[in-house]
Amino acid sequence: MRNTIVLFKRELAGYFATPVAYVFICIFLLLCGILTFQMGGFFEAGQATLGPAFFEFHPILYIVLIPAISMRLWAEERKQGTIELLMTLPVTLPQLVLSKFLAAWVFAGIALGLTFPLWLTVNYLGDPDNGVILASYVASWLMAGGYLAMGACISALTKNQVIAFVLAVSLCLLFLIFGLPQVQEALASVLPGDTLVDAVKSFSFMTHFSSIARGVIDLRDLVFFASVIGVFLFLNAIVIELKKAD
Amino acid sequence: MGAMIEIENLQKRFGAITAVDGVSFTVERGTVLGFLGPNGAGKSTTMKMLTGFLPPTGGTARIGGHDITTDSLAAKQLVGYLPEGAPLYPDMTPEGFLHFIAEIRGLSGAKAKARVAEVAEKVSLQKVMRQPIETLSKGFKRRVGLAQAILHDPQVLVLDEPTDGLDPNQKKEVRALIRSMQQDKVIILSTHILEEVEALCSRVIIIAGGRIVIDCAPGELAAKSRWHNAVRLELAASEAQRVRGVLAEQYGAEHVETLASETSGTSLLVTTRDRRPILAEISQRAQKDQWKLDGLHVEHGRLDEVFHELTRTGSRN
Repeated sequence: MRNTIVLFKRELAGYFATPVAYVFICIFLLLCGILTFQMGGFFEAGQATLGPAFFEFHPILYIVLIPAISMRLWAEERKQGTIELLMTLPVTLPQLVLSKFLAAWVFAGIALGLTFPLWLTVNYLGDPDNGVILASYVASWLMAGGYLAMGACISALTKNQVIAFVLAVSLCLLFLIFGLPQVQEALASVLPGDTLVDAVKSFSFMTHFSSIARGVIDLRDLVFFASVIGVFLFLNAIVIELKKAD
Repeated sequence: MGAMIEIENLQKRFGAITAVDGVSFTVERGTVLGFLGPNGAGKSTTMKMLTGFLPPTGGTARIGGHDITTDSLAAKQLVGYLPEGAPLYPDMTPEGFLHFIAEIRGLSGAKAKARVAEVAEKVSLQKVMRQPIETLSKGFKRRVGLAQAILHDPQVLVLDEPTDGLDPNQKKEVRALIRSMQQDKVIILSTHILEEVEALCSRVIIIAGGRIVIDCAPGELAAKSRWHNAVRLELAASEAQRVRGVLAEQYGAEHVETLASETSGTSLLVTTRDRRPILAEISQRAQKDQWKLDGLHVEHGRLDEVFHELTRTGSRN
């Protein structure tokens, strides 16, 4: 536990030691703003809510931005050779995997948290359901965690950050489009029976994100994100064990 | 308690390639062990297994009695390691980096701070403690790597090519540093530089093709040379013919070599099969026959030649 905290602190401080953190946060907030006010029609809708105008864009936004965080997690360590330094310290592999993921997740949380002026705005303008907004923030952060775990696993596969980015975007996209109505229709015409289509749908981030974002924190949705994070971090550890020497 | 490091039949295969093929040795406290071998001989791989980075394919090693495969955390606590090329986090400052290492090594608060300052002083890093590591010169970076390795005052220090890529002054500094740390520790260092082994090590292991080809003291290594105790005579070309004849008669024609000489004269090199000292015999003969010699020298053996011989064949000694 102590080791995990020490590693976590180094990782998190690492984001702020370089312009990475500041650039990322600025771009994230800028894109959130543009999407909410320009494309989301926040004012035109005339509703005191953040759902349609703000949170609805997060699944798409994260597909590009989350792999930008995750791509360097392991690829950079392997490229620089520092992985050898790290793994000969008296720490375990689960501690390393967990601390890297948690630091990235907390960093994503900080960026997300900095959108709070929107929440202030909507409260100033009207009388929104703050429970739903809180649930949406939780959903958004959980979704970021799922994408990050996938991205971390992909990052462990390669020394090249560009490859890590492109592959992570693709994988994240795959887990998103399962839930799109168009893909569902297409699948329904190919796959026999509704059970399979539903099974595929249940793997979509979109399905579970929208479910929580409606304001109902269902255990099934929490279990889904927790499982995705758990499975990909486990794979991450295996990949590191196999590929660290390459 | 047994030896500090016990390595038993250590093996590592990468697919079809066998990088380390059954290496066994033990090292006692107070030893500075030089690990020599051509590139790709298996030096780094052996070190990576010893420090717990790579799991062995076969065999095992114990550090202070802790098995590196089953009790790796305890083994890692006893070891300080400088990986090849001294990889570091370029964005961190030496201060931040060393503080991180101190915390991971179980020190915290004032203790960690004091120890970081102490080590920084030992490797003369004080002036650059707050600069990002990427802006430092190679010599300073290597010192940060060394500082990281010695921070917890480990009983075993594993240094993979600690002086590689440094200029002669920096090499000298790093060697002085290693020498200052050798008491009560085990230091294992790998190098290509033969003089470094003579200057630093109390024991040398040469590895080639994943196997140990020799394990001895550096002094003994020179004695293995074909040229150990050989006698070199410098003389005028006109004289060489006659002297060569006499020497060939006594020591056998195949043991008298004519060397290209840097001066106008010629050099003759006389060797013997059993490498016995022959300087006295030859100088007596020279006086008796009144050879006109410009110089008479004893060779002590050439490490590079021994190294070449041993690693070229790659056979077990």
